[in-house]
Amino acid sequence: MADKEQTTDLQEKPFKPSSPSSKLDLNGFWEYADAPQSADFIELADQYELFIDGKFTKPASGNYFDTINPATEKPIAKIAEADEKDINKAVKAARKAYENTWSKISARERGKYIFRLARLIQERAREFAIIESMDGGKPIRESRDVDIPLAAAHFFYYAGWADKLNYAFPNKEVESLGVAGQIIPWNFPLLMLAWKIAPALATGNTVVLKPAETTSLTALKFAELCRDAGLPDGVVNIVTGAGETGAAIVNHDGIDKIAFTGSTEVGKIIMKSLAGSEKKYTLELGGKGPNIIFEDAPVDQAVEGIINAIFFNQGHVCCAGSRLLVQEGIANRVIQKLRDRMETLIVGDPLDKNTDIGAINSKQQFEKINEYLEIGVNEGADIHQSSCSIPENGYFCRPTLFTNVGQSNRIVKEEIFGPVLTIQTFRTAEEGIEKANNTPYGLAGGVWTDKGSKIFKTGQKIRSGVVWSNTYNQFDPTSPFGGYKESGMGREGGLHGLEPYVKLK
Amino acid sequence: MSATTSTYDWNKTIPIDQVGVEQRVDRLNSRSIKKDSKIQALKLALSMIDLTTLEGMDTEGKVIQLCQKALRPHIEQPDLPKVAAICVYPNMVSVAKKELQGSGINVASVATAFPSGMATRKIKIEETRQVVADGADEVDMVISRGAFLKGEYEYVFDEISAVKEACGSAHLKVILETGELQTYENVRKASDIAMHAGADFIKTSTGKISPAATQPVTLVMLEAIRDYFYKTDRMVGMKPAGGIRKAKQAIQYLVLVKETLGAAWLTPDYFRFGASSLTNDLLMQIIKQQSGVYQGPDYFSKD
Repeated sequence: MADKEQTTDLQEKPFKPSSPSSKLDLNGFWEYADAPQSADFIELADQYELFIDGKFTKPASGNYFDTINPATEKPIAKIAEADEKDINKAVKAARKAYENTWSKISARERGKYIFRLARLIQERAREFAIIESMDGGKPIRESRDVDIPLAAAHFFYYAGWADKLNYAFPNKEVESLGVAGQIIPWNFPLLMLAWKIAPALATGNTVVLKPAETTSLTALKFAELCRDAGLPDGVVNIVTGAGETGAAIVNHDGIDKIAFTGSTEVGKIIMKSLAGSEKKYTLELGGKGPNIIFEDAPVDQAVEGIINAIFFNQGHVCCAGSRLLVQEGIANRVIQKLRDRMETLIVGDPLDKNTDIGAINSKQQFEKINEYLEIGVNEGADIHQSSCSIPENGYFCRPTLFTNVGQSNRIVKEEIFGPVLTIQTFRTAEEGIEKANNTPYGLAGGVWTDKGSKIFKTGQKIRSGVVWSNTYNQFDPTSPFGGYKESGMGREGGLHGLEPYVKLK
Repeated sequence: MSATTSTYDWNKTIPIDQVGVEQRVDRLNSRSIKKDSKIQALKLALSMIDLTTLEGMDTEGKVIQLCQKALRPHIEQPDLPKVAAICVYPNMVSVAKKELQGSGINVASVATAFPSGMATRKIKIEETRQVVADGADEVDMVISRGAFLKGEYEYVFDEISAVKEACGSAHLKVILETGELQTYENVRKASDIAMHAGADFIKTSTGKISPAATQPVTLVMLEAIRDYFYKTDRMVGMKPAGGIRKAKQAIQYLVLVKETLGAAWLTPDYFRFGASSLTNDLLMQIIKQQSGVYQGPDYFSKD
């Protein structure tokens, strides 16, 4: 009975911000006026088809689903749903393109096509950025300054490798695999497409790629680019749909390699279905990144780094620094500063140039995050949210901190994939490292200290594919990215990112 | 606050990450300030200007003309705010004072052997007393950078305390000359010393050394002010000076202040621009916002 009362109380006032404890007036008289990015020139169709064999093709089933703008909850367009028949068609087209053209043309020619794609992305960068923000909810500042430029950079980088594979793997004969099936998530739609398609094409493979069902638009726009670039038919096929479409790709016999980025849960299912088959695979899965702040860290910059680590892209980042581990001597100071910094985060319209935190990608994810907020409170953690106003419609979540939490709390153990940070303290470096590693994940982490030797000592002991030092969430196409343990297998990016797409003799 | 003795170990250094500071500034500079918020910012910036002339060739006539400009930045727009202060050399204080009597505009004088600070302490104190006696409301002193870089932090602290005392009720702005301090850590340390020694404002530069004010340096100083405020509840002002010529830069500085210290600092009492040519660019932008067109530079008085 007592429990029940508590829950209703929570539902009535869903996590009201705690009373302002700041001495600073961070929401004073000078407010920024709206600065919306104009989207007038964006041309979107009412309905999008599958891109198979160089042509936009209606789905066999005739089924379509809506893609929603999470900031307004209104549908933007209808997207075709691919079933097994469509996947069959796409794989056949990819195989034909592989055998007849893509594996026949010279590596230099292949490189030229990829360079062309990179330049076309740059030319239409603003358009891609706006569509990415409309479809996925991420702030235009990020899609404009991070997602799209990085996607172009990936194509540029791998275009350069296309005719230099013998240098990438000296004394080996390099062969392409054939057809790659690629399934990407909704958090960085075009960027993840670039991570997948660029190395696959550079190494001479053809692809069947499925974007996430909530963010198909930029992948379909990319299909238009492939056509504009004169890419031979069937080299890139884009099939849209949800989990079942993905399963049809994973289980298709005509596919030689699976590349998946997404949740650990689905990753495990994929691994099971691939067991015993000859398909190569790479999996880039979830994370619960530890961000370790030592007492001798540059505090103001560390606070900024913590903010970037967890609130970048609404926290929809597999490598997000979602567990803050701060040395006890500076914990109060860091938390005070974090709270003040959170007050200056602007949550709202993803298309406003001043927005720091946009909309949660989908209703489903929004509900999942709220569920975790409730779990956190019920577990006895102290919640603090910024006092910012959020739009009435759309899926928006205030930036949130949890203190008074331990390793056994669910909000510390499980990936929330939202703007929610848990804060724990540690006394000795050993304790910090132990807590950092005490997770089934191992994708990324951060170390903050002014002392060089401590960076290396600590960094080496963190079981993560990526460890950033005195910074967080920095990406570059030349740098490999991937996880330990349940955060996945294989590396994407850099020289390492070529390896999963080739056979070496 | 009367701090005559330092109880602080100045040899301790507060780490500052250069890359992080510069990234933060880049991010703040990406704020897009439009429409009403832009007009508000332009007028606010105008009211924060310390209209400055610090040349060996300054004449009484020039100072008088500058005072006229301070009183009426743009005669066609009588409703515009006045600037905060006039900043001149010590021998021009009485001229400016006479001109600005009763106007609400402060007279600020540089002192302590500006810009080098290479004089004995006795002379620095005397000069400070003199400018205050002549009517200066604000004193802009320079720190002894040589002593600071040698690690004689107590010397620097004592000197600032002594000048503060000589100021009496006049406000003390302490110029760190950040272009000579080499590192952000030194900027931070000099800021802390100045605030603990009683500075009412900390100021980046004399304008005689390049680089003068930069946004990263200003951010480091604003963060020092914030930490000092968290600890002591005393609000110290900030004045970037030198190199700020465009309205757009001024707005970027205001964004730094707003998102670091909050609205309480967005007033001429706690934030100033040491500049002269900035005034006309602000005026030009204000008129552009109102009329929709730019006017030629000759429609604005150059003093």
